[in-house]
Amino acid sequence: MTLFAFVGAVETGLVFALVALGAFITFRLLDFPDLTVEGSFPLGAAVTAKLMVAGLDPWSATAVGGAVGCVAGIATAFLNLKLRILHILASILVAIALYSVNLRIMGSPNVGLLNVPTVYSFGERLGIPSLYVPLIVVGIVVIVAKVLLDLFLATGFGLALRATGANPRMAKANGINVDLMICVGLAIANGLTGLAGGLFAQMLGAADVSMGIGVIVIALAAVIGGTAVMPSRLIPVLTIACVLGSIVYRIAIGFALNSNFVGLSASDVNLVTAILVAIALVAPGSRFRSFRSTAAK
Amino acid sequence: MIVLSDIGITFNKGTPLQMQALRGVNISIPKGQFVTMIGSNGAGKSTLLNIVSGELVPDSGRVMLDDTDVTNWPIHARAPMISRMFQDPRSGICEQMSILENIAIASGRTSPRGFRFAITEALRKRAAERLAILGLGLEKRLDDRVALLSGGQRQALSLIMATFGSAKILLLDEHTAALDPGAADLVMRLTDSVVRQFEITTVMVTHSMRQALDFGSRIVMLHQGSIILDISGADRASVTLDNLLDLFRRKEGKELVDDQLLLG
Repeated sequence: MTLFAFVGAVETGLVFALVALGAFITFRLLDFPDLTVEGSFPLGAAVTAKLMVAGLDPWSATAVGGAVGCVAGIATAFLNLKLRILHILASILVAIALYSVNLRIMGSPNVGLLNVPTVYSFGERLGIPSLYVPLIVVGIVVIVAKVLLDLFLATGFGLALRATGANPRMAKANGINVDLMICVGLAIANGLTGLAGGLFAQMLGAADVSMGIGVIVIALAAVIGGTAVMPSRLIPVLTIACVLGSIVYRIAIGFALNSNFVGLSASDVNLVTAILVAIALVAPGSRFRSFRSTAAK
Repeated sequence: MIVLSDIGITFNKGTPLQMQALRGVNISIPKGQFVTMIGSNGAGKSTLLNIVSGELVPDSGRVMLDDTDVTNWPIHARAPMISRMFQDPRSGICEQMSILENIAIASGRTSPRGFRFAITEALRKRAAERLAILGLGLEKRLDDRVALLSGGQRQALSLIMATFGSAKILLLDEHTAALDPGAADLVMRLTDSVVRQFEITTVMVTHSMRQALDFGSRIVMLHQGSIILDISGADRASVTLDNLLDLFRRKEGKELVDDQLLLG
């Protein structure tokens, strides 16, 4: 594995750490299997890219990408809570709808960003080697997101969100508006995902309508792998586990793809990820038993 | 104060399983009264409790709490007025959270939740003081996960949570039924002393006639969705297990098929 490939793996891992933090909120805290991210990741990318091409500065464009991701999460919450559609199906419906929405936004299957200034462009002026700029920028975004999330979850409101997923009946009896909590949780998770999409598009130099495929499985691999290695009851430890899980996962994939003896190619990534997640779910002592069907419990 | 007027509810309407669970129930429970509610399976006890808490909305009738019509209010909106304890010791708590975190959640029932830190030194101190009255040593285990507690300890914690902050109305749905006799006795005694201390309006559903007689100042018996007995005051003071069964037979004009269950 070259240095170039290694840094690439770490920065991709950092981008997906944002999605992993979102999946931690939905899957682990809210017990809400949210697949909206398959659509909100390319949505964030599409909105950010389109705004940047239109001349908006890259930071504002990235922020708007995150905000639009929040809206996607709220759409899923609406389908589930107001129209009473099964949570996982509601999120699939929104993700599918977003595929068309993303094509509309971009006007074509992809939007190139090669000659547009990105959030990574400032490095040139400061003389930082361009290889490391995305690492620094996304690293800071991830750290800020993680700390803010930790602080939020330690507040009365955050504790109410955790209670909503842990025991909704008890939460309601204690005056918690569980519908509001689910809505807020989905908005935060998809906001982080939209942000990740925008950052990733600028890293790749293009937004692509198909860049969301498999995003949720990668995020889950990070959450499940990370929290399996670092089990804890403390939220700050679990969120750092999600971030590290995402980075380590990317490095491991990088190694697997680079070592010829395993015989894997880039196209095998999704299969390998799915198998790893399945193994982590059924492993004895798994903390993710709630992700399994009730028949298996 | 709880006033239920003409409460009716039918389950599985329009199907062969249609069942009229409550048929025009009227009851008024003044502030500070401790009512015990008995009846056989399917009599409508839990249904009535769920209508007060908001888990069920009646087909007809009104639910008034302290002169406020809450008939169509969601559960969480009523929660500042209503505290509850469930039959299953797992239902009233978050197992994977600490004792203190559970109490922090419960304290949000009566005080605003907002964006301040939930766990503060002040809360820790207040929680320790309240838990100390249980005499179970839980005040020294504030950071332990609730999953480590026994069923009796969990129900005792639920009792403290239910009465944390202020408690106007306490609904107990067979809250000792899932405990072993020793723990059930302990939780029941603790409940009684807390209810007396804070003069909480309380409704306790129970399967045990003995428990219904030993606690509270009013007995209500439900049968097939109607109140068939309602004893309070001087009558309540003199009533015994035998004449309670007698009264029931006279009212119904038949033997109580499952009096084993009621005596249990």
